[in-house]
Amino acid sequence: MATSMQAGLAPRRAALGNGAVVLARQTRKTPAVAMQVAVRAGSVADSLSAPGAIHLLSRVIDRGTATRTADQIAEELDSRGISLTLGVNRHQMSASCTCLAEDFEDLFSLVGDILRAPSIPETELATRKGEVITAIRQDQDNPAVRAVESLMAMLYGADHPYGRPLKGTIESVEALSAEQLRALHAERFAPAELTAVVVGDVEASRAVDAAERVFGGWRAPRPREIEVRRPAAADARRRLVVPMMNKAQADIAYGFVSMSRSDPGYYAAVLMNNVLGQYALGGRLGDNIRERQGMAYYVSSVLDANLIPGPFLIRAGVSAANVDRAIAAIDNELAQIRTEGLTAKELAESRQFVIGAMPRALETNAGIASFLLSAEFFGLGLDYDLRLPGLLSAVTLDEANEAARRVLNPDRASVVVAGPYQE
Amino acid sequence: MNLMRATTLDNGLKVLVREEHTAPLASVWCWYKVGSRDERPGQTGVSHWVEHMNFKGTENIPRDQVKGIIEQFGGSWNGYTWIDQTTYLETATRDALDRMLFIEAERMARCLYHPDDCESERTVIISELQGGENDPDVLLDQEVTATALKAHPYRHPTIGWLSDLQTMTRDDLYGHYRRYYIPNNATLVIVGDVDTDVALRRVEHHFGGIPAGPAPIRHWTAEPEQTGERRVTIRREGTTAYLKVAYHAPAVGDPGFFPALVLDAVLTGAKGVNLWSSFRGMPPQRQARLYRALVDRGLASMIAGQLVPTADPFLYAVSATATEGAAPAAVESALLQALDEVRVSGITPEELARAKTQLHARFVFDNDSVTNIAHQLGYFETIAEVDVFTSIEERVQAVTLEAVSQIAASMLTAANRTVGWFEPVEGAVAPETDGR
Repeated sequence: MATSMQAGLAPRRAALGNGAVVLARQTRKTPAVAMQVAVRAGSVADSLSAPGAIHLLSRVIDRGTATRTADQIAEELDSRGISLTLGVNRHQMSASCTCLAEDFEDLFSLVGDILRAPSIPETELATRKGEVITAIRQDQDNPAVRAVESLMAMLYGADHPYGRPLKGTIESVEALSAEQLRALHAERFAPAELTAVVVGDVEASRAVDAAERVFGGWRAPRPREIEVRRPAAADARRRLVVPMMNKAQADIAYGFVSMSRSDPGYYAAVLMNNVLGQYALGGRLGDNIRERQGMAYYVSSVLDANLIPGPFLIRAGVSAANVDRAIAAIDNELAQIRTEGLTAKELAESRQFVIGAMPRALETNAGIASFLLSAEFFGLGLDYDLRLPGLLSAVTLDEANEAARRVLNPDRASVVVAGPYQE
Repeated sequence: MNLMRATTLDNGLKVLVREEHTAPLASVWCWYKVGSRDERPGQTGVSHWVEHMNFKGTENIPRDQVKGIIEQFGGSWNGYTWIDQTTYLETATRDALDRMLFIEAERMARCLYHPDDCESERTVIISELQGGENDPDVLLDQEVTATALKAHPYRHPTIGWLSDLQTMTRDDLYGHYRRYYIPNNATLVIVGDVDTDVALRRVEHHFGGIPAGPAPIRHWTAEPEQTGERRVTIRREGTTAYLKVAYHAPAVGDPGFFPALVLDAVLTGAKGVNLWSSFRGMPPQRQARLYRALVDRGLASMIAGQLVPTADPFLYAVSATATEGAAPAAVESALLQALDEVRVSGITPEELARAKTQLHARFVFDNDSVTNIAHQLGYFETIAEVDVFTSIEERVQAVTLEAVSQIAASMLTAANRTVGWFEPVEGAVAPETDGR
């Protein structure tokens, strides 16, 4: 029986001779294995002249390797019922899937081949470009995406890696060649940049052996470090309206540049954010905008601390007639939490919830894998699951209130409205 | 599969308990046999609105104490309404079991329906409806469903039509609640790190005193056979064209259901049968027929098939997002041609074997949490019977080539389909405005 919560996850971590890292944790929940293999090659690696290159690479990287055709890869996946997902964020590209335990070794080899030796066939590239361009067109018609992307550009600047859309533009995607993507792969993919996480019905030693077999012989120099500029804090309130008069409802994105994941105030900000925009149905914001005023089906806030200060983002979907009232309600809640602070009861409740929710987050193999990958990426240690309750417990009311004063300032908020609304 | 205990209280409440000791958690779901099919004109959306109202305090859970009642245990709660069913869940640490049962017993018998709460929720639900309508695919789905079904109440959207949401009253909501929220119309499911005997005693404690009510009489019209192809085209401002083709499909209890599930796996990749989680990620579909016919040929950027287990015959829907620049006629003709091929020639033994393997894997993947397992037990008990779920592997493995050919031949005919298009029209682009 798993007693993971008492003993902690205690994953096995092994660094291969070439710098690749493997994290393995055996569970016996189901006869299945979840794997997430990540390379530090996110959209920050896009050059200014070719935004969307990493994203496009992620769409085509699994469509042929030096030794496998796209058809062979498709058959290997489909014949085992596996859906391989290539995900990209600002700093990482990851290949994730769940497979039956009996398929683990074969699948892990396939994922290794895909990440190490993609061939990027021209025909596949052309097809996947069409998909990405269609997705960009869909984004252009999506008020939620337009609001958030516009807000990110406002907070970070359109030429900052956090301010640019991950998918790039239609023009930039059209212009990308297989050659460019191969060069980008050669430049950014290296064993020292790779973390493989394996969680499920497979012994940790077997997972480490598989990693050694698949990645041990990989030789490639560590890429140069990418410096990501820290954004300047806003010094005034800014507002942008993106009229989309064909839509039924407006999306509001309201935010700030917040803090980095390593900031000493991070855990205080996590709890403050929970009180403001998460607890139960969207925290204080949900109480006000959804429960008391009945204006929105969804409203919530998210703290996205990253290697550099990430965004603190509040989002709501409201009818055009309620846009101004909803923004005023957000302003009021922020002003109040800034000046009056949280109550001790709110802080205690949110703390109890965030700590108490850990067993749910760590119930499934995929949940554990995500947690371990994030802990490795931010250098939080193998015992982070055991330390996290203590870190949250140590947050004082003063610290949580200080986080609110530091991050939330309506006078310097950036606000975007996208939808059937005009000034 | 772990043993499940099934019992029925004297008041008619069905209870299903399954011990799962893989994590220190428990999940409780309470299911009601009421969904949008039970709504008459003028009251469409009432089941879903009632679901919202049942989170707003009870006689013993004051309105201001709803917030935090399960969060204290690190738990999450939610609910959903669909065509056949309404359900509520909590998943939390195992020590919250008694709290979860208390909440569900209160919800069944003692919700408040304060008029002010009904009014403020009216606009929340209209916001939910309009948020959905921002998505062209949702609009298209609504139109295709309403076109494919002329008579059966599955035809109207679960969220309801706007005019009904604007005019329904507190009494409409409360009447619906009282009619359907009775123990003899419900199934309670408990899955997790619990002791079955202890759990059943606590169920009796919380629910035993709730009186049974008159069994709801469910009236609905059987959908007459469709006798010719139907078409619907939405022309609206947008950027992307969407195609949806829907066929009348077998209900979960019909012999054709599992062959149709295999057929869908061959056409678009196996999704499994978990409405709560199966449809969130993409299925394994790179070798699926429609993926190869449309996505690999650059005609569509996405294809999806949807066959959901339902109590009455509903729809098998295939959706495609047209790739930017692809001619809609070419997309439709490639899709219909691929469907016609399988209608005429059936599937191959290799395809059958792959589909079964995929479905087996999905059933394993979809039962990875106490929440998902509890969903499946309650879902199938509510729309059919729980045995359908516990024997699902056998039912899939028993599907033959002939059975798949038969369902393909009978279901995928032109006379049985509705073809829907969302055709984007370029709109006048209003300038972005930047200011204070």
